[in-house]
Amino acid sequence: MEMKVENLSVARGGVPVLEGVNFTLSAGHVLILRGPNGSGKTTLLRTLAGLQPPIAGQVSADPEHITYGAHADGLKATLTVEENLRFWASVHGIGRIDAAVEGFNLTGLTHRPAGNLSAGQKRRLGLARLLVTGRPIWLLDEPTVSLDAASVGLFADAVRAHVAGGGAALIATHIDLGLKADTFDIGPFRANGERATSSQQRDRYADFDEAFS
Amino acid sequence: MIALLVRDMRLAIRAGGGFGLGLAFFLIVSTLVPFGVGPEAAILSRIAPGILWVGALLACLLSLDRIFQLDFEDGSLDLLATAPIPMEGTVAIKALAHWLVTGLPLTLAAPAFGALMNLQSPGHYWIFVTLLIGTPALSMIGAFGAALTVGLKRGGLLLSLLVLPLYIPTLIFGAEAATRGTAGLSALTPLLMMAGITAGSIALLPFAAAAALRINLR
Repeated sequence: MEMKVENLSVARGGVPVLEGVNFTLSAGHVLILRGPNGSGKTTLLRTLAGLQPPIAGQVSADPEHITYGAHADGLKATLTVEENLRFWASVHGIGRIDAAVEGFNLTGLTHRPAGNLSAGQKRRLGLARLLVTGRPIWLLDEPTVSLDAASVGLFADAVRAHVAGGGAALIATHIDLGLKADTFDIGPFRANGERATSSQQRDRYADFDEAFS
Repeated sequence: MIALLVRDMRLAIRAGGGFGLGLAFFLIVSTLVPFGVGPEAAILSRIAPGILWVGALLACLLSLDRIFQLDFEDGSLDLLATAPIPMEGTVAIKALAHWLVTGLPLTLAAPAFGALMNLQSPGHYWIFVTLLIGTPALSMIGAFGAALTVGLKRGGLLLSLLVLPLYIPTLIFGAEAATRGTAGLSALTPLLMMAGITAGSIALLPFAAAAALRINLR
């Protein structure tokens, strides 16, 4: 179980965002992805998760090993916390959700409709989904958004337990999670705006930066 | 996959899920047509199979954009795309869930609503049979259209325009079979043609819809 990324180039809307990305994420390790807003962290994570094809290079990881935690939690407002979790558990062939419920302190909330949760509680439920996928590689896109300090602690504990159990995590975040982790700065891999020769293409970069800043 | 089916049905039936919307629309059409056409029993019973088919088709169209749009907006579709269920399976299950909460209730209600239009005796049977065979194609073709338009805001209009021409063969053969059957003629040929369209849709469109979804998720 290892994810090796070689010479990967990713694009968003046909415009190259990152070029020549190389790194290796091996079992038991956490890699923190750093880069300013709009630098292509989400695009990179989506490409690694197999949601979009890279324009060059390759990712050597079994898609069945990867789970992706996006900005959106994928929760259904009219289903209860338990139903939401149980659904993702059974989709991934996992029978029990207790550990996920306890791990993210959702015990008292299991019968509440997800639509009635606060933003932070929704986020905790979204993160609890990671535990019921049973997959070793977590790709997380700003997982701590709207979490309070205590919940960030719970999340860090969950990541620690996950990597201790042979998992791995690639986390795009701007805060310090207090994890023993390597940092991977995507700045040097940014596709250079100067490459775009025509002014029309440069305008597209400007639109892109605006849309994601 | 069963979990996905159960979830989609549960979401449809719970508040705001849109279950019953198609059925209510169908009831409105069946109730209003006699007022519009006039109370002549002979004319009503002649047009009843066709009107019931058009009504069922439009009722089906109403809820199509919900098949993928809500899952797309809340991020579930991304997560489903990375889940162990193949995308083709997701599409097929979602089309099945749509049929179970839309097409099947319409099929069951159609013979009763036929009474509002003086549908004659074997007609109840034929409208039930033709809708039972034809509505799965409507859900499957609709799921394909929904997959094509999933990323668009207010994609409902485009979806209707895309799907409507694809619905026409099903409507022609379905209404023809129902009309012929009601009149006591042999309806086997249009019935088999419609069954062929349904079988073909179910066999091929999950692949086309899955390809469209993958592109729209990029």
